[in-house]
Amino acid sequence: MTTRPAGRRSLHLAAAVDLPDTYEAEPYERAVRLAEHGALDFVTLHDSFAAPGPDGLAVLSRLAPRTTRIGLVPTVTTTHTEPFHVQAAVATLDWVSRGRAGWRPDVSTGAAEARLFGRRDPADPAALWEEAGDVVDAARKLWDSWEDDAEIRDVATGRFVDRDRLHHVDHEGPTFSVRGPSIVPRPPQGHPVVVVDAGSPHAAEAAARHADVALVAEAEPDRLAAARTALRRRAAELGRDPDALRVLAALRIDLSAGERAARPGHGGGPLPTEDGPLYRGGPVDLADLIADRHRDGAADGFHLTPLDPRRDLERLVNATVPLLQHRGLFRTFYPGSTLREHLGLARPVNQYATAGERR
Amino acid sequence: MTSTSSDETPRQVHLAAHFPGVNNTTVWADPRSRSQIDFTSFEHLARTAERGLFDFFFLAEGLRLREHKGRIHDLDVVGRPESITVLNALAAVTDRLGLAATVNATFNEPYETARRFATLDHLSRGRAAWNVVTSSDAFTGENFRRGGFLDRADRYTRAAEFVDVARQVWDAGAERAFRHAGQHFTVEGDLGPARPPQGHPVVIQAGDSDEGREFAASAADVIFTRHGTLEAGRAFSADVKGRLARYGRAQGDLKIMPGVTFVLGDTAEEAQEKAAEIRRQQVSPQNALLTLEQVWGVDLSAYDPDGPLPDIDPVPGTGLSQGRTHRGDVFELAEKWRALSRDKGLSIRQTVIETTRRQSFIGTPAAVAAEIDTFVQAGAADGFILVPHLTPGGLDEFVDQVVPLLQERGVFRTEYTGTTLRSHLGLPVPAPCHERIPTA
Ligand SMILES: Cc1cc2nc3c(=O)[nH]c(=O)nc-3n(C[C@H](O)[C@H](O)[C@H](O)COP(=O)(O)O)c2cc1C
Repeated sequence: MTTRPAGRRSLHLAAAVDLPDTYEAEPYERAVRLAEHGALDFVTLHDSFAAPGPDGLAVLSRLAPRTTRIGLVPTVTTTHTEPFHVQAAVATLDWVSRGRAGWRPDVSTGAAEARLFGRRDPADPAALWEEAGDVVDAARKLWDSWEDDAEIRDVATGRFVDRDRLHHVDHEGPTFSVRGPSIVPRPPQGHPVVVVDAGSPHAAEAAARHADVALVAEAEPDRLAAARTALRRRAAELGRDPDALRVLAALRIDLSAGERAARPGHGGGPLPTEDGPLYRGGPVDLADLIADRHRDGAADGFHLTPLDPRRDLERLVNATVPLLQHRGLFRTFYPGSTLREHLGLARPVNQYATAGERR
Repeated sequence: MTSTSSDETPRQVHLAAHFPGVNNTTVWADPRSRSQIDFTSFEHLARTAERGLFDFFFLAEGLRLREHKGRIHDLDVVGRPESITVLNALAAVTDRLGLAATVNATFNEPYETARRFATLDHLSRGRAAWNVVTSSDAFTGENFRRGGFLDRADRYTRAAEFVDVARQVWDAGAERAFRHAGQHFTVEGDLGPARPPQGHPVVIQAGDSDEGREFAASAADVIFTRHGTLEAGRAFSADVKGRLARYGRAQGDLKIMPGVTFVLGDTAEEAQEKAAEIRRQQVSPQNALLTLEQVWGVDLSAYDPDGPLPDIDPVPGTGLSQGRTHRGDVFELAEKWRALSRDKGLSIRQTVIETTRRQSFIGTPAAVAAEIDTFVQAGAADGFILVPHLTPGGLDEFVDQVVPLLQERGVFRTEYTGTTLRSHLGLPVPAPCHERIPTA
C-alpha cells in the first residue's frame, strides 16, 4: 500500500450546513458561500424522511448557481426511493453545478419512515446497507450508460446520438432491477462523488466497496488511524485502489470558547458523545488538532459539523482555515473546478467504453 | 385577477414557456441550436420567459429513452436532466416565474413527491407547479421497482388518489398528523414538510381521455392540452369546464392552456415559408419513415420517403416502437393518412409533416398577437404553452415582438402583480382541508 510522505498529502476539509427546520434558501446560501470562501472541498446537507426539513438535494441544487467552486453533497436515502430517480437527480445536480455534485447515500431503518410510504416493511440495517450499495452500483452503471461522446449531432445521417454509445445496464438486484439507459447524459464528473458515513460495520463495508470518500467518527487518534487503515485494506481486498478512497474524520465542533480552548492545548482532544466525537474549544486549537491528525496520517482530512451552524462555521472559516493556510497545510484557492479535482480523484473511466475502440 | 369577461376588461392571456428539450421539436441541425442539457440553456429560456412576464416555465418528462425496432431511437434530441432539480436551480436565477415539472404518478410515491414539490415551493417562494402525468406502460416500468403492472384503466384512479394524498401531506404541514388508507396507498405520518407558501403547488394535468378530463375537472388547476384550434379548443373547453360544477368548482378555477408552436416573419408569406422550412427540418426523410412505422407497426425501410404511402394494412400491437406509440385505432389512422395523401398528392414525408403538426401561430407579430387574443376572448383557451423550435433562444423574438403587442391590446400584464404562480394564474390559495367545511 503506497502512502505519500507524511505532511505532503493534501488536506481535505468539508463542513455540514444542516439548519434544522429551515425551508428558505437564504440561510443555506449564507452558509455554503461562507464555506466556499474558506475554500473547503465540499459541504454536506443531511436529509431524512424521518425528520422535518426540506429535500436536501433540492436545497443544494438551489445553491448551485449561487456558488462556483465548492462541492455540494446532499444525503439521498435509498430505502424508499427509486434508484432510477435517485441517480438522475444526483447526475442533474452535477449538471447544474458543472461538476460539483456528490451524494451521501443513507438508509431508512425506521417504522415511521416505512409508514410514510406504505409499501415496504422496515428492514434491518445490514440488508438496507447491502441494498444501498446495490443502488450506488446501479447508479454508476446508469451514469456510464451514456458514453461521454454519445451525442454526435451528425447532420449527414440525421442522427442526434450514436446509439452504439448508449447502453442498457440491465442491473438485477435482489430488491430492484433497472433496464436503462439513463435519461440523463453522463454527468460532467463522470460519476458524482459518493460519500459514505462509515459509522456502522455494514456502512463501513459499503464505504470500502463503493465510496470515494468515507467519513469516520472516531475520537481517538489511534482508532481513527486504525479505521482508515482497515477501510483502505478492505478496499484493496475488493480490488480497488486504496488511494482512490479518501478517509475524512467526522467531528462535531463547538467553537464557542475563545481563541484557544478553555483547557490549554487539545490534550483531551475531542470527547466521545452519543452523536459522535465532539471538539469543544477555540479555533486555534482546532487548527492544531487538524494539523496533528493529518501529519500523523490518521485521516486525509476532516468533515466538520458545527454544533451551532451560524457561529461555528464562521469561526471555522475565518479563524481555523486561515491558520491552516498560513502553515501551508491547506489550499488558499481552488486550483480546479470540479469536486473530484478538489479531492484529487480521477474522473472514472466509463465501464461500457471498450478500450481500443476509443480515441 | 380572474379572467371572467366583463364589459370593460378583456379576458387576460396566460403564457407559459415549454423548454424544447427532446423530440424533433428542436431543430438541432440549426447552428443556433445549443445544448439541451447544459444549465445555461435552461437559464436562458427561463430568463427570457420571465422578461416576457410569463406565468410559468414548463419541463416535460420521459422516463425511458424511446426504442424503435429494438434499438434506441437516435434521430431526435434525447437526454435531459431531472426536472425538479433543474427547477430548484432556476429558482436561484429567477424571481417571479412559475416553475412547472412533469412528474409521473405511476412511477413515484406520494409522500416523497409531495415533499419534493413542497420544497420547490419553499425554495422559490411560491412558484411551484406539478404536471401530473399517468403513462403506465411496462416498457417504462422496467426502470422501476414497481415494474409496469399498472393497468391503463387504473392509471387515473392511482393519479387521483396520489394527488389527494399529496394535498393531505401539504395541508398537514409540520404540525399535524395525516393518515390515508385507500385502494393504492396506505400512508401515515406524524408530520410532514412545512406547508408550502402556495398552500398547494399548482396542479397541471395533461392527458386527453375521458378519465383524464374527469381527473382534471376534479383535481387540476391547469390543463395542458393539444386542442389548439379555435373549434377544437372551444369544444374541449366547454367539455372540461362543464364538468367543474360537479366538483363544486367555478369556471375560473381551471385554466386551459394548449401547447402551441409559433413562427414569426416580417410578412405573412415570409412566416409561412419559414414555417414550412422548420417542418422540413423537423421531419427528416428518416424521421418520416419512422413515424410511419410507428403507426403501421412494420418495417417500412424499403419505402421511398418522397414516394406514396404503403397500401398494406398496419399490424397493430407489434411493439415495434416503444416509448411513444400511437394508441387508438391504427387502421383508421392509416386510412385517414392514405386518403389525405391521395387527395392532396402528398408523399410519405409530406403526409407526416401535414398530420403531425400541432397548432401553430404563423404570421407577423401583429397577426400572431391578434390570433392569440381572439382565441382567448372566444373562450377556446385561457392562454398557451409556447413550444419554440430552437433551444434555448427560440422564445426571444416572441418576447421582444409579440408580448408588447399583447400588452398594447390590454390582454397581457405589463408587470407581475403578485409573487406566486397562483397569483399570476388568478387562483386562490386553498384552505387546509382540516379547515374546510365538509360538504357531504
Ligand atoms: C399536452 C400533453 C403533454 C404531455 N406531456 C407528457 C410528459 O411530459 N410526460 C409524460 O410522461 N406524459 C405526457 N403526456 C401523457 C399524458 O400524461 C397521459 O399519460 C397520456 O396522454 C395518456 O392519458 P390519456 O389516455 O388520458 O390521454 C402528455 C399528454 C398531453 C396531452
